[in-house]
Amino acid sequence: MSKGNIFAVVLIVAAFFVGRHWFADTPTVMTDSRSGAGYSGGAESTGSARSGLVRAIHTAPRTGTVHEVREGELIMDKVKVAEPGDTILVYPGSYSETVYIDKDNIRLSGVIEKGQRAVLDGKGHLNDAVLYSGNDIVVENLLITKYKGNAIMGQAGNNFEIRNNIIVDTGVYGIFPQLGKNGIVTHNVISGIEDAAIYVGMSDNIHVAHNQVFESVAGIEIENSRHAIVENNYVTNNTGGILAFITPGLPVKTTYDVIIRNNFIVGNNHPNFGAPGSTVAGIPPGTGILIMAADEVVVEGNIISDNKTAGIIITDHNNAPNTTIDPESDPAPDKVAILDNLMHNNGYDTIDEAKALMLTEFKTGNPDIVRVGVSRDSCIINRHQYVTVGVDNWAECGFTHTGDIMTYLLDKPVEPREIDPSEVGKVAYLGICAGCHTYTGRMIGPPVQVIQALYMDNAQGLADYIANPVKKRDDYPEMPPQDYLDATTRLAVAEYMLSVSK
Amino acid sequence: MKYWPYLFMLFSLTLQAQDSVVLSEQCPPSFELRSGQCYLVNRYQFYDSLQDRGVGGTQTGLPAFRDGFSPQQIDLGRYLFFDPLLSKDGSLSCASCHQPALGFADGRARSIGMDGQVVKRAAPSLWNVGFLKKLFWDARASTLEEQALGPLFAADEMANTPQKLLADLTGNAAYPDLFAQAYPGSDAPLTLPNVVHALAAFQTSLISLNSRYDRYALGHHGALNEQEIAGMNVYRSFVARCAECHTPPLFTNQQIAVIGTPEPEGMPLDIGAEATFKAAKLKGGFKVPTLRNIVKTAPYMHSGRFDSLRDAVEFYTKGRGHAVPAGVDMQIHWHIWEPKLTEQEIDDIVTFLGALTDESLMPVIPAKVPSGLSPLTGFQPTLNQQQAEYTDE
Repeated sequence: MSKGNIFAVVLIVAAFFVGRHWFADTPTVMTDSRSGAGYSGGAESTGSARSGLVRAIHTAPRTGTVHEVREGELIMDKVKVAEPGDTILVYPGSYSETVYIDKDNIRLSGVIEKGQRAVLDGKGHLNDAVLYSGNDIVVENLLITKYKGNAIMGQAGNNFEIRNNIIVDTGVYGIFPQLGKNGIVTHNVISGIEDAAIYVGMSDNIHVAHNQVFESVAGIEIENSRHAIVENNYVTNNTGGILAFITPGLPVKTTYDVIIRNNFIVGNNHPNFGAPGSTVAGIPPGTGILIMAADEVVVEGNIISDNKTAGIIITDHNNAPNTTIDPESDPAPDKVAILDNLMHNNGYDTIDEAKALMLTEFKTGNPDIVRVGVSRDSCIINRHQYVTVGVDNWAECGFTHTGDIMTYLLDKPVEPREIDPSEVGKVAYLGICAGCHTYTGRMIGPPVQVIQALYMDNAQGLADYIANPVKKRDDYPEMPPQDYLDATTRLAVAEYMLSVSK
Repeated sequence: MKYWPYLFMLFSLTLQAQDSVVLSEQCPPSFELRSGQCYLVNRYQFYDSLQDRGVGGTQTGLPAFRDGFSPQQIDLGRYLFFDPLLSKDGSLSCASCHQPALGFADGRARSIGMDGQVVKRAAPSLWNVGFLKKLFWDARASTLEEQALGPLFAADEMANTPQKLLADLTGNAAYPDLFAQAYPGSDAPLTLPNVVHALAAFQTSLISLNSRYDRYALGHHGALNEQEIAGMNVYRSFVARCAECHTPPLFTNQQIAVIGTPEPEGMPLDIGAEATFKAAKLKGGFKVPTLRNIVKTAPYMHSGRFDSLRDAVEFYTKGRGHAVPAGVDMQIHWHIWEPKLTEQEIDDIVTFLGALTDESLMPVIPAKVPSGLSPLTGFQPTLNQQQAEYTDE
């Protein structure tokens, strides 16, 4: 081998490493399939095409910074520096931390490389994997396992998108958006959860679709929520498949307007391993769909099979175990509508309560549908297809399908939390400054009149002072810094303070 | 020395005869005067909450608030609140059990009422009470006015009667004029409904929403230190689940919860909300209390079983229903489970709770009240009071 050849080999090797290094530092190009071009198809347009994909967040092009996180680094370090609009890309590797996002408009996105994901591993001792309270949060493409609490929990964040995550054995809930408005939970694969794999709690305008949930106590649960669609999910071998109910004793008191359609709800016969006292601990294994106290629940187009207790159970609170009472919650499931569903081989090993109910109606066979307790104004079509108990006197429904409703998501996402600038100064002044300053009198701090005489129209000077006060007066305590207000607010409050006249 | 209170009383009465009180025309801090009435202004009002219930996460709107009182009504309520004239024998005021320096509680496991009687339950804090839809531990009152009638006339509390209360107020040199100032245009302003209305007005001015936690929640993430943030994340985790019932921004969801805390030694079980709602499922249920200014209000729980905040937090880790008396069937709340918190996590939660302290809108205790009695009547130094210290600023 000549020197020249060796040199060439060295160059090639060097180029390879340089290239690897160089590519490694370049963010993976992620094609956002949800805002790209749509497939136009070969057929002539029928005019009935649905426009757009189901989206919950504001979909303006993302111009924010992309932060990359690689194994050995903390995701939280990037969250702390991220600004609204930023994206955090988490590369394959193992991460063990709680990621909490108390900011708006952050996209937490795993990068999947040749099947390898970013793994959030709670190692059996961390509480929750992802907690967010901001609006317009996206959590996607992660693999989450071995947390004690929830994999992904939202606390009053609106416009959320939680998708494409794999969640394995994380304790209480897999995905639990709570107290949020306008959100989607799609294309997640979740198993081994001791309460609900997907739990939508006290939320409005929700879309849960295309998820696979299995080997959990409850598959998908819509609780104390309104305007929710649960569709096209594969729900198998849970204790209970899909639940729509009211839990009494929560501050939001109702569940209504829920569509459960086109799901596979198959063989949900898993032994119940729910925590003692939890509502789901009372679910009999082999329950396909459970509707408890929820109103206006439409069940359509599902394949409901091989659930040993019943395909669908409809109950009021009085006949359900483990529920408290709440004078503000109506315990009856009203206006339930059961449309066409493929129901097959359900109720083959049902509970004694269901058998006893069937005896009262002189019915035999394995129940597809069991209704117990009060249910007003409910309806069903093609009831002859099913073995039922408790629905003989239900009316025929006045509608046969839900095809006119694509989604209950809002046409436009919930408006961002933008504060009217003209209000900022006054609200901060009254909410904060007024605790120590009045216009004329002496309180903890000097009167506003005195401050006005000092600063005249120098609002910026006053804004600078409140961020970093120094002791000026022997007869008053030193003012604590108000640097927790951002610069805009400090200036606004200074301007307001210099303008008040009483 | 034992005669000095009487001397003080005489002195005050003399003063009172000389100058008549003019009620404030200004709203309390954080309230804006519009058309003669005071309305709360707070940064949380920039935000919404789901179904307007005022529960959520960091940037969530508050629940509906009881405001719209006039400055004079609020100020009259302040005098009434601190005036022992409202009790049977002038030995107790509202403030005796709701002392400003003790989080508007009294530092006792259970409050002491008329003639030293120990009442059944602990005095709750009054901070942010204007947001509450239900009053009393067992949620048996729906308005502040309805609530006030309880302690005023309970034999073991202030032990007054409506007749004596009105007679005392009417016979006082100042109150008829003060009620006329607060309720102008009324032929008979000094009525029992106006007494409790004015007390309600004052209590709604007790606002605590500018703690270091609030500064964090509203966007300044430097407001909490690392241990407090760690504590906040345990607090709101689905393992500890504190935030599920003590939900921000008020740190209560205002619901009834049956958590099964132990009574003090020798006390029978308090069935709580079971009596209010005539529902066995609510046996041992109590209204979820706010945790704002919680470090000020030891001891903790409805009958003050826990001396320290740490003991109160630790209760939740000791097992579902572990303190329920044998033979009692209690439907323990579903969020009470076995979170297996570490000692560090318990410490972190306690540390975080310290960041909920804000007394920046502390009202001024009147230097004197119209009866001439001491506005500090019944303020006994307690262990908690000796230990109480301002943790913020």
